[in-house]
Amino acid sequence: MSTAPDIELVDYDEAISRFDPVLGIEVHVELGTATKMFDGAPNIFAAEPNTAITPTSLGLPGALPVVNHRAVEYAIKIGLALNCSIAETCRFSRKQYFYPDLTKNFQTSQYDEPIAYEGWVDIELEDGEIIRVEIERAHMEEDAGKNTHVGGSTGRIHGATHSQVDYNRAGVPLVEIVTKPIPNTKGRAPEVAAAYVRTLRDIFRALDVSEAKMERGNVRADINVSLRENPEAVLGTRTETKNVNSFRSIERTVRYEISRQAGVLDAGQKVIQETRHFHEDTGGTSSGRPKSDAEDYRYFPEPDLVPVAPSREWVEEIRTSLPELPAARRRRLLGDWGFSDLEMRDVLNADALDLIEASVAAGASAQSARKWWMGELARIAKDRDLDLADLAITPAQVAELQGLVDGRKINDKIAKQVLTKVLDGQGDPAAIVEADGLAVVSDDSVLTGAVDQAIADNPDVVAKIRSGKVQAIGALIGPIMKATRGQADAGRVREIIMEKLGVS
Amino acid sequence: MTPQNQTDIIRRSAAAQAAALTAGEVSSEELTRAHLDRIAAVDGDLNAFLHVNTDEALAAAREVDTRRSAGEELHALAGVPIAVKDIVVTEGQPTTAGSKMLEGWIPPYDATLVNALRKAGLPILGKTNMDEFAMGSSTETSAYGPTRNPWDRDRIPGGSGGGSAAAVGAYEAPLAIGTDTGGSIRQPGAVTGTVGVKPTYGSVSRYGLIAMASSLDQAGPVTRTVEDSALLHELIAGHDPHDSTSLTDPVGPFAAAARSKDVKGLRVGVIEELEGEGFAPEVRARFTESLEQLERAGAEIVRVSCPNFRYALGAYYLIMPSEASSNLAKFDGMRFGLRVVPEDHPTAENVMKATRGAGFGDEVKRRILLGTYALSAGYFDAYYGSAQKVRTLVQRDFAAAFEQVDVLASPTAPTVAFRLGEQVDDPTAMYMNDIATIPANLAGVPGISLPSGLAEDGLPAGIQFLAPVRADERLYRVGGALEALLEDSWGGPLLAKAPELTGGAN
Repeated sequence: MSTAPDIELVDYDEAISRFDPVLGIEVHVELGTATKMFDGAPNIFAAEPNTAITPTSLGLPGALPVVNHRAVEYAIKIGLALNCSIAETCRFSRKQYFYPDLTKNFQTSQYDEPIAYEGWVDIELEDGEIIRVEIERAHMEEDAGKNTHVGGSTGRIHGATHSQVDYNRAGVPLVEIVTKPIPNTKGRAPEVAAAYVRTLRDIFRALDVSEAKMERGNVRADINVSLRENPEAVLGTRTETKNVNSFRSIERTVRYEISRQAGVLDAGQKVIQETRHFHEDTGGTSSGRPKSDAEDYRYFPEPDLVPVAPSREWVEEIRTSLPELPAARRRRLLGDWGFSDLEMRDVLNADALDLIEASVAAGASAQSARKWWMGELARIAKDRDLDLADLAITPAQVAELQGLVDGRKINDKIAKQVLTKVLDGQGDPAAIVEADGLAVVSDDSVLTGAVDQAIADNPDVVAKIRSGKVQAIGALIGPIMKATRGQADAGRVREIIMEKLGVS
Repeated sequence: MTPQNQTDIIRRSAAAQAAALTAGEVSSEELTRAHLDRIAAVDGDLNAFLHVNTDEALAAAREVDTRRSAGEELHALAGVPIAVKDIVVTEGQPTTAGSKMLEGWIPPYDATLVNALRKAGLPILGKTNMDEFAMGSSTETSAYGPTRNPWDRDRIPGGSGGGSAAAVGAYEAPLAIGTDTGGSIRQPGAVTGTVGVKPTYGSVSRYGLIAMASSLDQAGPVTRTVEDSALLHELIAGHDPHDSTSLTDPVGPFAAAARSKDVKGLRVGVIEELEGEGFAPEVRARFTESLEQLERAGAEIVRVSCPNFRYALGAYYLIMPSEASSNLAKFDGMRFGLRVVPEDHPTAENVMKATRGAGFGDEVKRRILLGTYALSAGYFDAYYGSAQKVRTLVQRDFAAAFEQVDVLASPTAPTVAFRLGEQVDDPTAMYMNDIATIPANLAGVPGISLPSGLAEDGLPAGIQFLAPVRADERLYRVGGALEALLEDSWGGPLLAKAPELTGGAN
């Protein structure tokens, strides 16, 4: 059923020149509620297996679900942030299939009556272009448990001797957001797909409805891609690549599928409607199960739950309490901080906006905060393969460090040393400077001695300076800095030299 | 206690037993032991109990006795023992739902209604037999053998709750819990000469009831008197945050209504569609006589038509299996209960197949197949969809009828108890037993069945009253009044006419 192995990938640019890609994206976000979607079990990550459970999330005989009010509130927040209409009444349904990670052998989900529908969101591409993505629906559902296959070499089911199931995740509330087909992206389809998911991720964080960590699976994307001959043609057959969980993987998935499907079509074959899986190592996708003979999920309305009917007053209350959304915030901060468009995009791409804003709130200037986070700290994060936010330094510490520089307590070079010590867990910047004696030496009695020594040691340089080549003064400052282990106040040193040599 | 005292006390109503406890005439331990002795004596003949919980029941009884002697304020039924249908989960006690699938399973939690029983101090005698997963009208589909009717051991005790009805009818327990999805409380009541109530849907929490059809299931009392049902209903009803279909209404007063005995001006509607064809002559005769009693006491008897009731059975046999097929999907050998591991290629899928193949009986499989088919793509609208429309029509029939009358009446079941094995191979004949009880479940309205007298073969028949949603109180009013009128005419309770059981104790 899978694509024949002899299909040749078509060069991406060539594929784009002959085909028009259309995207469709389903994003699942795990809500950060205290308890699960339908019971009182705690919604926590990384607990001991099978400890965050109740009879309901374990699907025991007799147990019943009850809808988590806070999860509904979060779903409405997401719907409103995506400019959706909020249903006056909506139901849950049962999506039925047998699988060991599904405690009841059906998933309680919204089928034909989503809580939010018909919305849109604007996304911004690298070059500042804005694209509007139409949202079909956002609906509530529960997550499944997690299977672990034991005994095989790869942790996959093939070759495993037995499997274990952890139901801590079973019943965790999810909202699934489904786009309408996204046309007219042409060669930018990979970028659009990633930017869309990033935009949603930022919205979830701004709404505070989820930690929205891709690497933890808080946000998971299913990427649908189809090709057609031209933008006027009917939609081609799509494939759905499941659970792509990084922005880079999303881009690679779209690129690969465009090249692969072009190859299939060039070979005179038909694209098979199927589920596919992305492989991080090869950057390719492979066939999962075919969808053409799709499973019959036998959906029917969940009889254990009454319809969810959010009152209009409540919806309006939520609407008025929505926080500032990322796009508006970016516009505001761009104005406040005076960054260039390019600088702002770099900041966004590096996920540094929150960090810079917090640094500014702690007293740093916007430009200095940007310099630290996008410069030295970005370099260190890259070296250590960490996200900026995961570095062991707080925005307040960055602001404190910059304060020491601005107050001429330390210079830039020492500041980098202090930074390293902060990251090593040695304490706050001021305390480190104090404890390690790193403060700039601006005591004239100390500096004068060093200057006298330098003048005595470098008569030829002194002669140059006296003859008018003032720029040669650097050749005197260097040894002085070295003699003071970099701690001399370079400005003051320069002034003393000029005084001593009688130049100005 | 002397054997004679024991026999005397267990034949009293639960209310009378409670009065004896309050008066210090008997302790809960003595009362509980008297019932346990009775179970030991006669249950070998009946098989009403799947599990008898001697130690725990006696411990609970002693605790109530201690609390009573300490002068604590106790619930009206405190110390009166009770039997619980085996479809209701009980922490630490086996719960099988009459199926091999759950043999040996010990639930880690109590149903909300069991919690209420324990809090009120009712010792739980044990778990009663039933059709497997409540699927049946005779208790013959139980994986643990049928229960027999105390009136005639060759006859069925009704179903699915035949165990609870037989236990109460044979004085093994003064009170029992049943569940009613299509008549499983009321029809066993009718054929055993006992009283059973299906409350308004949502009156009693479903949390901890092993679900057959979620939109139809409702737990309720199984007793020998209308007043006892009222007392038990008041105890187990009330809002439960664990069941989102549970009503938030205040409960009762039911017992007061049962004692009022006043039906003057009460308008009783006879459902034309549920008294003619298919109903046995003597069952109809007892029904008519019951109505005449009510009329003489001041009630007004009117005939009403509910034309869509003729489609109710068909709709029920689509909705119930649809929901059941889904509710029973969780029985897969993965997390609890039976697990059958095939020797060849024991993947999760194959374990599920083997477990479900071995664990479910034929009637359960039949309904899972029916329901799976009815919910399948391409058939959903024609089957499940149409059935839901009929359900709406049945609800409208009730609404129209209740504009004319206060309560509706019909015979509870078309016939007296049939013989064991008589219908077991004819599912559609078996399904017809529920023709009169099913409409109430489809509409969520409450219903009561109480004895109307002896009919064919000298066996008991029942009369059913139905009231509007949330008007359960009317059932106790009319039921209590009719019970008193009929017992006057019989010279005592109908059950007094049942033959003595000659169990192992003799």
